[in-house]
Amino acid sequence: MSNVFVSEQSEAAAAGHPSGRLLEVEDLRVEFRTRDGVAKVINGVTYHVDAGETLAVLGESGSGKSVTAQTIMGILDTPPGFVTGGEIRFHGRDMLKMSAEERRRIRGEGIAMVFQDALSALNPVFTVGFQIAEQFRVRRGMSRGDAKKRAAEMLDQVKIPNAKQRINEYPHQFSGGMRQRVMIAMSLALDPEVLIADEPTTALDVTVQAQIMDLLAELQQERQMGLILITHDLGVVADVADRIAVMYAGRIVEEADVHELYAKPAHPYTLGLLESIPRIDEKGQQLRTIKGLPPSLLRIPSGCPFHPRCPMAQPVCAEKVPPLLQLGPTRASACHFAQDLVSRD
Amino acid sequence: MTENILEVNDLVKYYPVTRGIVFKKTIGHVQAVDGVSFNLRKGETLGVVGESGCGKSTLARVLMSLEKPTRGSVKFNGQEIYGLGASGMRRLRRNIQLVMQDPYTSLNPRMTVGDLIGEPYEIHPDVAPKASRRQKVQELLEVVGLNPEHINRYPHQFSGGQRQRIGIARALALRPEIIVCDEPVSALDVSIQAQVMNLLEKLQNEFGLSYIFIAHDLSVVRHLSDRVAVMYLGKIVEIGSEDEIYERPTHPYTQALLSAVPVPDPSSRETKAIIRLTGDVPSPANPPSGCRFRTRCWKAQEICATEVPELTVREGSDHPSACHFAEKREIVATHEAGELTDLPTRTL
Amino acid sequence: MSDPTSGSLVTTSPGEQPGLVAEAAPAPGAPPQQRDKPRGLLGDAWHDLRRKPIFWIAATFIVLFLLMAIVPQLFTSVDPEHDSNLSRSLVGPGSTGWFGYDLQGQDIYARTIYGARASIIVAVVATLGTVLFGSLVGVIAGFWGGWLDALLSRLADVFFGIPFVLGAIVILFTFNTSNSGRSTVRITTLVIIALVTLTWPVSMRIMRSSVLATKQADYIVAARALGASNTRIIFKHLIPNCLAPVLVYATILVGAFIGAEATLSFLGVGLQSPVISWGVIINESQNYIRVAPYWLLFPAAFLVTAVLSFVMLGEAVREALDPKLR
Repeated sequence: MSNVFVSEQSEAAAAGHPSGRLLEVEDLRVEFRTRDGVAKVINGVTYHVDAGETLAVLGESGSGKSVTAQTIMGILDTPPGFVTGGEIRFHGRDMLKMSAEERRRIRGEGIAMVFQDALSALNPVFTVGFQIAEQFRVRRGMSRGDAKKRAAEMLDQVKIPNAKQRINEYPHQFSGGMRQRVMIAMSLALDPEVLIADEPTTALDVTVQAQIMDLLAELQQERQMGLILITHDLGVVADVADRIAVMYAGRIVEEADVHELYAKPAHPYTLGLLESIPRIDEKGQQLRTIKGLPPSLLRIPSGCPFHPRCPMAQPVCAEKVPPLLQLGPTRASACHFAQDLVSRD
Repeated sequence: MTENILEVNDLVKYYPVTRGIVFKKTIGHVQAVDGVSFNLRKGETLGVVGESGCGKSTLARVLMSLEKPTRGSVKFNGQEIYGLGASGMRRLRRNIQLVMQDPYTSLNPRMTVGDLIGEPYEIHPDVAPKASRRQKVQELLEVVGLNPEHINRYPHQFSGGQRQRIGIARALALRPEIIVCDEPVSALDVSIQAQVMNLLEKLQNEFGLSYIFIAHDLSVVRHLSDRVAVMYLGKIVEIGSEDEIYERPTHPYTQALLSAVPVPDPSSRETKAIIRLTGDVPSPANPPSGCRFRTRCWKAQEICATEVPELTVREGSDHPSACHFAEKREIVATHEAGELTDLPTRTL
Repeated sequence: MSDPTSGSLVTTSPGEQPGLVAEAAPAPGAPPQQRDKPRGLLGDAWHDLRRKPIFWIAATFIVLFLLMAIVPQLFTSVDPEHDSNLSRSLVGPGSTGWFGYDLQGQDIYARTIYGARASIIVAVVATLGTVLFGSLVGVIAGFWGGWLDALLSRLADVFFGIPFVLGAIVILFTFNTSNSGRSTVRITTLVIIALVTLTWPVSMRIMRSSVLATKQADYIVAARALGASNTRIIFKHLIPNCLAPVLVYATILVGAFIGAEATLSFLGVGLQSPVISWGVIINESQNYIRVAPYWLLFPAAFLVTAVLSFVMLGEAVREALDPKLR
């Protein structure tokens, strides 16, 4: 324990972390009140993103990664979803305490979102140009003609060929990749400072996926946006992220710089994930599996939620919830035995 | 060399595009599968990769005789399967089975697991006498790693991975020789994918199955396949052993596809050269003349627009490729996977 | 069947509920949960229904009306037809005749109770006929498609195009001639046939569209791949999964048909005396509304309650079956 300093992350934040952060989520808690009981979907999630930085939120379905994003955007379905605690600070101000009007103003201009399924996120009965131009007219009070011109510019920026003609087409006339570009153009129309991309390439083919990820990275560089990339794809993350937050059962189990995380995961879940994906550049590889299934959010296991599936589990894991402890300047892990994992060679 | 269990020859499937409601007029054809030929050997896995719209799912349906091919032949153990009578078809069904992509929609929600896995026996009553069926279903559940006591549960009480296991058990029930897997793991979570892939491997060894493994995920296909066919717009553009395709690809499309696959290793960011394809896959209703890939290909010449490249072995290459300018190019820096080190158990 | 929904809604005994489904399923190899009874989608719906007060209110009324139809003697000892006493003609509600007496001096309470039978028989049988016939045609059209579908759909359009009241009047006037005698069975059958003829296209369309949607489902493809015959696919896979919308429609239709029967009877083309039905009583009362409003009021109240109960039940069933509303 010599070269690693240990402290609770929240303490670190209280001890005067610069709150000049662009977007901060702190100890967020969300539950879904369903027919079958209360599902604790998010149990104290803390992360932040700065300008020009890419944070990847990695997790499987049901890990709460998308719900966190929806809560930040203020588009959580209530009911069944209820925020039961925590703060979401944008430029230091808690969005959860703002009025509906204030939050609406932040949506689009402050924080915007790109969805996975562009076809259902776009309105099929309006032309693409109209849908982009509408934002300029409503939010910026532009005239019809100016707004349309701006819309064409936006399509041009996301590299849609013949933007001038294509603004008059309907969403179904675009291919999957082009539609996702339209989606991106739309979310960037009002120059947001933070862009949340929820599985932006999952529905796309590999070759198109590469194009879209390039585009996102390029636009982010240009505009110095904070980018929150929500995904389950460890390959995509490795390509673009600066920092990674791994989520499991509504908690962040590990947060680290991308290089560190892949080189030496500090949580058995991350390790398990990395070992269970087949790699295109490896031959004769054995796939290790994580045994069992992700837990029901209605009945999250006691202690560390991962302990029933964890190969390293010890009695203490079932009793005590491991806090997300800082292991170094750029990494934190919520495992009782993170030290062992990191210090092994 | 082992015998071919399935021989596919010049398989073609066109869907007519019609106009008009009462008097239908055919105005064109969607060329979903256009002249596909390959062999499947006993006990091997043939991977079929391609992007959406390349015809790989249509291929699965035609191979399963769920759709009639426009022309072409498929021989199972030397016997032509199209034109079989009803009883011949029933016998064939026992030998070729299907595992589908979506575990949520491929199981009838109103049937219990026992009914679902037992259905093959009801359709083919001669396979198993009634009395032994329940036991057989429980055995199957055990084989695919599910609790045999869950026989009376309904599909919605299972998770995606477990449902996919149910689907696999159903496909196994008749002890087929070939299983066509149409994207069997792409709807599953990462940690569950590996479980199902390992299960498929285990079953292959146990029952001597041959797989046709259709997927869009090149890493998954590499992991499971002995040989791989790459499809683009209804045609196979390159076919060869796993090594030949992944280490010595000669078709520009294969090369681009391989280069675009993200590698879960941030240190490869700088070293990796991605071949960026521009544009989208053209419509299969109106494919480009000559080589279908030429509209997105950086090597395209005049000949590509006029002459359809044959899928043959060309100079400087060791496997069939359908490109006039086929040329080896290393894309993936393969390294042998090291032995898995065990997770450290706690030693303090 | 005391409760029209119970038979088809409950595939398993409700029993203990296993909690959240997919995620709650234990890991393979884990010890099975005790008390974990399987529950189908219909079981889920039943579980949902049991918590709705609306469902219980509607169901109670429906059970009551069904009891009236089956054993009216439970409710009154008075003979509704032959116990006429002109001395009590148009006597208002009182301690002996709760609902008053009609022109013939017959007990309106007894007549209203006995009227339930004809009204409900007509509604239930007509609903069964409509749903069975319509669904059959719908399955055929949806499953085989092509020219058969085109033909059947156009045929349905033709029937759908006939205005309901006008169509019924024409049919009943044509066949219900006065010289054909006044056999109870004959009149009732005619009314039922008229209702079925004019409403089957709706259930046909509902069934057809849900068959068309379900036909594409992966599990149908999977069944084909196993070599299942068309009969097996239709009965084992298609129909169980297409039933829900028709079921809901049927429940609401019972209510609608009770109203329709009353309408036709009121117009004098439907059931006629000596058959007693709510519509017939209302028809008889029409000339005395000012003198004896109770004569109209009580059977009308029963009628409205019955219609409302079935419609409410239908709504409750629809909500329970629609997972999106959960």
